[in-house]
Amino acid sequence: MRIHLHTDEAGPGAGLALKMAERGGRGSSGHGSLDKSITLPPDEIFRNLENAKRFAIDIGGSLTKLAYYSTVQHKVARVRSFDHSGKDIENEPLYEISVQEEITARLHFIKFENTYIETCLDFIKDHLVNTETKVIKATGGGAYKFKDLIEKKLGLKVDKEDVMTCLIKGCNFVLRNIPHEVFAYQKDSDTEFRFQTNHPNIFPYLLVNIGSGVSIVKVESEDKFEWIGGSSIGGGTFWGLGALLTKTKKFDELLQLASKGQHTNVDMLVKDVYGGACQTLGLSGNLIASSFGKSTTADKEFSKEDMAKSLLHMISNDIGQLACLYAKLHNLDKIYFGGFFIRGHPVTMRTITFSINFFSKGEVQALFLRHEGYLGAIGAFLKGAEQDNPNQYSWGENYAGSSGLMSTSPDVHPMQRTRSGTFDMFEMDRLERPLVNLPLLKDPSAYIPDTVDLTDDAMARKYWLTCFEEALDGVAKRAAASQPDSIDAPERAEKFRQKYWNKLQTLRQQPFAYGTLTVRSLLDTREHCLNEFNFPDPYSKVKQKENGIALKCFQSVIESLDSLGWEERQFALVKGLLAGNVFDWGAKAVSDVLECEPQFGFEEAKSKLQERPWLEDSYNQWLQRLKEGPPHKCALIFADNSGIDIILGVFPFVRELLSRGTEVILACNSGPALNDVTYSESLIVAERIAAMDPVIQSALRDEKLLLVQTGSSSPCLDLSRLDKGLAVLVRERKTDLVIIEGMGRAIHTNYYAALKCESLKLAVIKNSWLADRLGGKIFSVIFKYEVPCK
Amino acid sequence: VSFSFFPPLFSVFPWFGLDIGGTLVKLVYFEPKDITAEEEDEEVENLKNIRKYLTSNVAYGSTGIRDVHLELRDLTLCGRKGNLHFIRFPTHDMPAFIHMGSQKHFSSLHTTLCATGGGAYKFEQDFRTMSDLQLRKLDELDCLIKGVLYIDSIGFNGHSECYYFENPTDTERCQKLPFNLENPYPLLLVNIGSGVSILAVYSKENYKWVTGTSLGGGTFFGLCCLLTGCSTFEEAMEMASHGDSTKVDKLVRDIYGGDYERFGLPGWAVASSFGNMMSKEKRESVSKEDLAKATLITITNNIGSIARMCALNENINRVVFVGNFLRINTISMKLLAYALDYWSKGQLKALFLEHEGYFGAVGALLELL
Repeated sequence: MRIHLHTDEAGPGAGLALKMAERGGRGSSGHGSLDKSITLPPDEIFRNLENAKRFAIDIGGSLTKLAYYSTVQHKVARVRSFDHSGKDIENEPLYEISVQEEITARLHFIKFENTYIETCLDFIKDHLVNTETKVIKATGGGAYKFKDLIEKKLGLKVDKEDVMTCLIKGCNFVLRNIPHEVFAYQKDSDTEFRFQTNHPNIFPYLLVNIGSGVSIVKVESEDKFEWIGGSSIGGGTFWGLGALLTKTKKFDELLQLASKGQHTNVDMLVKDVYGGACQTLGLSGNLIASSFGKSTTADKEFSKEDMAKSLLHMISNDIGQLACLYAKLHNLDKIYFGGFFIRGHPVTMRTITFSINFFSKGEVQALFLRHEGYLGAIGAFLKGAEQDNPNQYSWGENYAGSSGLMSTSPDVHPMQRTRSGTFDMFEMDRLERPLVNLPLLKDPSAYIPDTVDLTDDAMARKYWLTCFEEALDGVAKRAAASQPDSIDAPERAEKFRQKYWNKLQTLRQQPFAYGTLTVRSLLDTREHCLNEFNFPDPYSKVKQKENGIALKCFQSVIESLDSLGWEERQFALVKGLLAGNVFDWGAKAVSDVLECEPQFGFEEAKSKLQERPWLEDSYNQWLQRLKEGPPHKCALIFADNSGIDIILGVFPFVRELLSRGTEVILACNSGPALNDVTYSESLIVAERIAAMDPVIQSALRDEKLLLVQTGSSSPCLDLSRLDKGLAVLVRERKTDLVIIEGMGRAIHTNYYAALKCESLKLAVIKNSWLADRLGGKIFSVIFKYEVPCK
Repeated sequence: VSFSFFPPLFSVFPWFGLDIGGTLVKLVYFEPKDITAEEEDEEVENLKNIRKYLTSNVAYGSTGIRDVHLELRDLTLCGRKGNLHFIRFPTHDMPAFIHMGSQKHFSSLHTTLCATGGGAYKFEQDFRTMSDLQLRKLDELDCLIKGVLYIDSIGFNGHSECYYFENPTDTERCQKLPFNLENPYPLLLVNIGSGVSILAVYSKENYKWVTGTSLGGGTFFGLCCLLTGCSTFEEAMEMASHGDSTKVDKLVRDIYGGDYERFGLPGWAVASSFGNMMSKEKRESVSKEDLAKATLITITNNIGSIARMCALNENINRVVFVGNFLRINTISMKLLAYALDYWSKGQLKALFLEHEGYFGAVGALLELL
């Protein structure tokens, strides 16, 4: 299959750029000729096709969206406790690590031009191994036209689904599952995209789909929606009338014309009618009194650009006006816009947003969706997959396998605007467990996990992108080293390096490609890329070793703590928590120290810590609370690192809480990320500590200490996407204290998170730039004790 | 309500009302028929000439036209009996009109020229400098409502000013019938000139501007000029009356083969205005007449749609359409009647007035008296 591809990473999924990027040519991400033609590496576009089942296709006027469900074999690191009975514990590792194959579910979506449909169907036919698939769900205006072709080529029965039903099903799905799916468009801003926090309740909303015509649908629940109106003046009017007026045939070209035109040459403005009196009358002279009101003559020529612009204004304003009238009638203030008229085109998003603001006087918000083009395909797929209950699971966008949002500016990145010949991809992973809000969030709809929005903050963006670039070689090296027995590990590590490098370059140009750019999203993308190349847990051996060393010190640490007076002990416990936090392979400064000073111990870490007063210091209030207040009912602790942190920092702290009569829920990541302690590791660690310590032992036995998983595999923490079991437990145990530790969870995220109960956020800043920004130095301490105001 | 009951506060003749819109100027002129011999003797030459010029012609220059069929006869206005004449000419001929005013020494008549519409502001300076005339500028919407209420109250030479279409959804049985607008409130007033203004009227003094749209008569005419090369509204309307918009528009049935039952959309409904024009072949196969008709249908349906939504939001079920877009435009009126009736399931009624676009000018005249 030979297909034209645009050269930018952002378009046809990362893998393609892999072939394109000049070897070793860092930083120059293919700004060469626009029209390169390469032979497509098949595994980059129709990935995991062998195991594909449940196909769905959405054929629009010009683009085809293909969806399939497939299972992905992943290598996962598993830890398993040894049977230690009768063995020499001293010289054995703590536990066994094995890499196993795990099968996870993934949703693949590919968008391409209708021109390629035949080639693509042939390709699918040739590569499809799975034979249990008998039908393909189809939707979209073109489904009928291509029905015979699909049936012939694939030998599948085409099962047609209603367009609007699919669209809404898809819309509900992305609104519920994809963070930063929704954005508002801002015209005169550095960051045109204002991504919205996912609201826990997505209903009701208005969906205005601008295809050739306009459909206005009110969606009230998962299954209840109503067509409340529409208009025949839509994308087809722009295209059809535009083609007649300008002799320009293509939709995109018409938009290009429009973006260059002056509508005031064609439209009759209020000031054309009223003259200069507008100001004294308080009229806005620039408002359009009559669209095309100046072309009421046969004698004058009008430029194509001006006419296209006037037409665009006319149609956008009209749609905006009607949408506002419907929103008012139905008392709704959120309108999602979709359809080919919108589809990521900055010009139309701008005019629609303007119109909605104008007609609603700012009371209604025009919102757009990152995956708008895929809604129909997602919906059709869901229709066909009902027996798999996809809605019972939580899904997550796979940043490694998704192309991200196209650039908006036609002039800045012309090669990305050449939409023809591009393949756009979107992948979602089915998460093992359903994710929900932490019940203790003060206002779930206002909760923003991330502290710094890098889309907004150009300085911070530059810094962090460079930081991740500089750390990349080391990460790749470590990944390769983590699998010494694997022959292809170096090659895979290099592929990982390239892929993540390309993602970083994309994000330099289009920070909004995957929603709001944050340190968290950069970290998560790196984890996705590592997984993509089968490096499920590069730190597993390091963690194993550190856990072993730390366990050996546990008893002496406890003894020395127990010898202290109460007040001294409280301070030592906090210092222990903070010192454990210095051990963090995620931060470059620390990894440097650890690489060259392996003996860097717990005590030395403590000595590195900033002296009080700390950069953020509410320790006195915390101590007073412990002294004077009743014991907490239940504390929820989000743990950070393996080794010294969890064993010598967190567990002694837990032990003290237990002694006070406070129950403890200890939450660790479900999957590996950096050297963060995973849930399965925490189980083994707890078991080993219990064997040494009667307090922990009885607490585990009596279920006063509960070990749970967060549902996440991120070094950061999104309190709006947590394991449902955790949330249930938090409620049941009437949790009244939340402790979040570590830079990723307490600084990069949740620094400003407001909770309904008391909280403790503590971390050591191990990044000099960030420390500088917060007004401190490296190894500055954050100790933030917060009590919600009554 | 008859204005003849007012005490005869004589305004000096001539009695004019002027509405200067974006595209058209509307002029109403009261021709006194009860002029006594003495009055006639006293009447200055100028005034006589104006009266004769206006009443003896039906066309003025190459673009001015008197709508004779709209003339209101034997009217009593401020105690005077006479006829009300309705004259229009394009706004781009305003300079010529002002020039004529100066040549005929209009200013020597010491009359006040009451004017409304945006042009009252735009041309105020020109009136003053070129023909030494002081305009009395009046609010557009005030004049519009006053005009509508007045003309409706006096009737149309013994007939009803207001009418509607019975059985609008049945082309065979559809007919124009008089409507008694004796108790008019509340009503939604949709004025379709170059652009569209929509007002909710609750009483003579209590009304509000609800919304407006730039897709109006000017859009129809402007697009027709660009698409067909026509140069007059009449030409555009004539072409539209011979065209077939279904060749240009994509209908629901073109997409779904028939009705789209899921949404209760009939197959004949337009899904995408000009939607068929996305295809090159179809662009090449349509006539100018088809394009003119499609433009007319597009603009009309859109106005109907916005008016219907406003009526729903304002909780008003009578919608009165006025404005010069409806002149010689039965196609649009019937379509508006049909669309309102169909999409509201009979809840909304579309009403029309015989004097379409002249109410602003009438309102301005009434302000003079």
